[in-house]
Amino acid sequence: MSESTETGHASEDGGSRRDFLGMLTMATAAVGAASFAWPIIDSMNPSAEVLALASTEVDLSAMEVGQSITVIWRKKPVFIRRRTPEEIAEAEAVPLDDLSDPQTDEERVQNPEFLIMVGVCTHLGCIPLGQAPGDAKGEFGGWFCPCHGSHYDTSGRIRKGPAPKNLEVPAYEYLSDTLVKIG
Amino acid sequence: MASNEPGPEFSGVVKWIDRRLPIFTMMHKEYREFPVPRNLNYFWSFGALASITLIIMIATGIFLAMQYQPNTELAFTSVERIMRDVNYGWLIRYVHMNGASMFFIVVYIHIFRGIYYGSYKEPRELLWILGVIILVLMMATAFMGYVLPWGQMSLWGATVITNLFSAFPIIGEPIVTWLWGGFAVDNATLNRFFALHYLLPFVIFAVVFLHVAALHIPGSNNPDGIDPKGPQDTVNFHPYMTAKDMIGIAAFLLVYAALVFYAPNFLGHPDNYIPANPLVTPPHIVPEWYFLPFYAILRSFVADWWFFQVFLGWWGMTAKLAGVLAMFGSLILLAVLPWLDTSRVRSCKYRPVYKWLVFLFVIDFIILGYVGGKPAEGTYVIVAQWATLYYFFHLLILTPFVGWMERPKPLPASISKPAVAPAE
Amino acid sequence: MTMSMKSLGIGKSRAIGRTLLGAAMALMIGGSAAQAAVGITPPSQDWSFNGVFGKFDKASAQRGLQVYTEVCASCHSLNLMYYRNITALGYTEDQAKAFAAQFEVTDGPNDDGDYFTRPARPSDRFAAPFENEKAAAASNGGKAPPDLSLMVKARMNGADYVYALLTGYKDVPPAGSNIPEGAHYNEYFPGHQIAMAPPLSDGLVEYSDGTSASLEQAAKDVTMFLAWTAEPEMEDRKGMGVKVFLFLLVFLGLAIANKKRLWAKLH
Repeated sequence: MSESTETGHASEDGGSRRDFLGMLTMATAAVGAASFAWPIIDSMNPSAEVLALASTEVDLSAMEVGQSITVIWRKKPVFIRRRTPEEIAEAEAVPLDDLSDPQTDEERVQNPEFLIMVGVCTHLGCIPLGQAPGDAKGEFGGWFCPCHGSHYDTSGRIRKGPAPKNLEVPAYEYLSDTLVKIG
Repeated sequence: MASNEPGPEFSGVVKWIDRRLPIFTMMHKEYREFPVPRNLNYFWSFGALASITLIIMIATGIFLAMQYQPNTELAFTSVERIMRDVNYGWLIRYVHMNGASMFFIVVYIHIFRGIYYGSYKEPRELLWILGVIILVLMMATAFMGYVLPWGQMSLWGATVITNLFSAFPIIGEPIVTWLWGGFAVDNATLNRFFALHYLLPFVIFAVVFLHVAALHIPGSNNPDGIDPKGPQDTVNFHPYMTAKDMIGIAAFLLVYAALVFYAPNFLGHPDNYIPANPLVTPPHIVPEWYFLPFYAILRSFVADWWFFQVFLGWWGMTAKLAGVLAMFGSLILLAVLPWLDTSRVRSCKYRPVYKWLVFLFVIDFIILGYVGGKPAEGTYVIVAQWATLYYFFHLLILTPFVGWMERPKPLPASISKPAVAPAE
Repeated sequence: MTMSMKSLGIGKSRAIGRTLLGAAMALMIGGSAAQAAVGITPPSQDWSFNGVFGKFDKASAQRGLQVYTEVCASCHSLNLMYYRNITALGYTEDQAKAFAAQFEVTDGPNDDGDYFTRPARPSDRFAAPFENEKAAAASNGGKAPPDLSLMVKARMNGADYVYALLTGYKDVPPAGSNIPEGAHYNEYFPGHQIAMAPPLSDGLVEYSDGTSASLEQAAKDVTMFLAWTAEPEMEDRKGMGVKVFLFLLVFLGLAIANKKRLWAKLH
């Protein structure tokens, strides 16, 4: 009758004497609560209809040499340029030492005729000019970002200006000679 | 009966925080050492279950709100997007939807405990009133929440209930227009209901805090209705009540899971899977089950009574207004129950007459709920009217009268020493 | 009476509370279900998705997709479904792509500002038969045929009702039914007068898997399909339910054992 646990008023919380069963019950409760947390957190991940638009197919057959088109992929602009032989030669001839983000042209294209890149400046996210025929193309014949003056060459590599990296090349694959799937 | 002994000795970071903001001392005093009568039964777990349900509702609600669109053009589809495209969206939605029902189940049982064991009596009157306030806030929250999916019942239930306020003479119509933000329940209404539905649960949370604070002054009531006389009558909240509440939580979650995973739409109405159409009224407009008893009271007052035909136009008392006043009255009367009940004995365990009246009251409430879901025709109307009358009769006449007249059974000497050889 | 509460088993008062409330709610739900005054309860069918371990019969649902496409889609939209969803019925991504490509959807505006049509992709919603609600109503005697995506959830008795409705037409209406021009007698439609002409008949579709396409078979298959469109998450939900239930039963057992152990030490 004198042991504190038997009156239900233990001044010791019995933590060191808590036996297996008590701990197991608490642990099970904790596991249960945590496993409910996962679906809640996962609901913030991209939903199915967003993921369904994760890739876009583009038909290149109508493009002429020298033409540039912009398609939307994951809500961002993707520049596709059917480059002229001069533009390709220019791109391939640039020595790596001249580049602040060194990449050969071969690394950046699967088929040299079609350059496919995300049209978002790697500096602070503006959309560079150079797609439309009358647009400024910058000093290197590619693209020019008017926000802070970044110049990209005919391979989309940063040549002058504050942008740190070349224009991003997304993952893409050719489903046929003229059909490309981006993403 | 909070203990006045010095608190426990903490160390390290906990001690540093506690010295500056004594939350750990508070937690220890209120949830570890707190003396709880040792004779509590499982009806005393329902308060904890209600708090847990509130937290589940807030958690699921916030994540639903990240995906929901409160615009009449988009709402229905956004909910279906949650069900189909959002990862585990169907789970969060069904947990939230059935959580509302679970919340009312748990709260109604919690209220029953209060009524049966006299937990509303001195010195717990304010605790009880805070509880009624929580109930009213819950009803407002649930009502607005049901509008959000923008199904047929959402729209038409909202239309019927908001239209009630037009019953008030002179100020009625302007109030309804103001509530609607327009000339009918429409986009403006939906938008504001969403804002308020997000807000009110946090108001509920605050009132629950006050409710528990008010409880912790006298401590819990108990099935015998007599105050604990010393430590021999109580146990520490932790681990005894925490362990007991775990059982309650497990059983509660089992019922909840059965609904969510195997009958998620059982308590709902199929018409709410039809997108809202202001030009098509559903054949039977029915609120959610937990409102049905009050809906029955509302509809009991019919215009072809001589009373309304005589007084109609005199001072604006119409059947509609009477119904509205009775419906709100049924809740407000609950709040003054501590003063309606004249008995000096708390628990119905020792009140041989009133105990049966409480059971009758519960049955009456169930009958009201049943007829509330039926069309307002024929026998259902008669039954509803008698059941409404009995509801008020119980509270206004029976409760005070039986309280005076009843001879209670002898109370036990103390909680830990029951009376010698009880009668049964 | 004073002792009995104490000697009652674990959670007896909660059991009482819950049973009472359960009965109360069953009454109230039964009340609120508000079966339309003139609706008849449809006979229960033996659906593969019923019960705790229910699953969709995918072969049946595929046939149902065919019935929807060839019969129902001329009037009823299926707006909540995307073409990519049909992979859940056992089709491959390529099959879904090919299926989608049969249908034209409106896109645009293009750079000239014009709207144009193009073949559907898996990421598109099912193409609707009418441009908008009013066009649908105008072509159907003033009332637009309802969208079918949620039909099985939007009616009392769900799948049983849909099946009963599709098979509930009578060649000769019972005496005294007074069906006006343009309406049809249906055993299970509330009011017995439905604007939709009997949509199914024996041999109306030809199933590629060789199943004989009687009226009842087509009705069964399309109902299975619609049960899926209404609740695509059903199999996941019931599967998760089993795991949650088992976990909670274990947790309940632990909680009871723990409580008894603790409380036994008292007095």
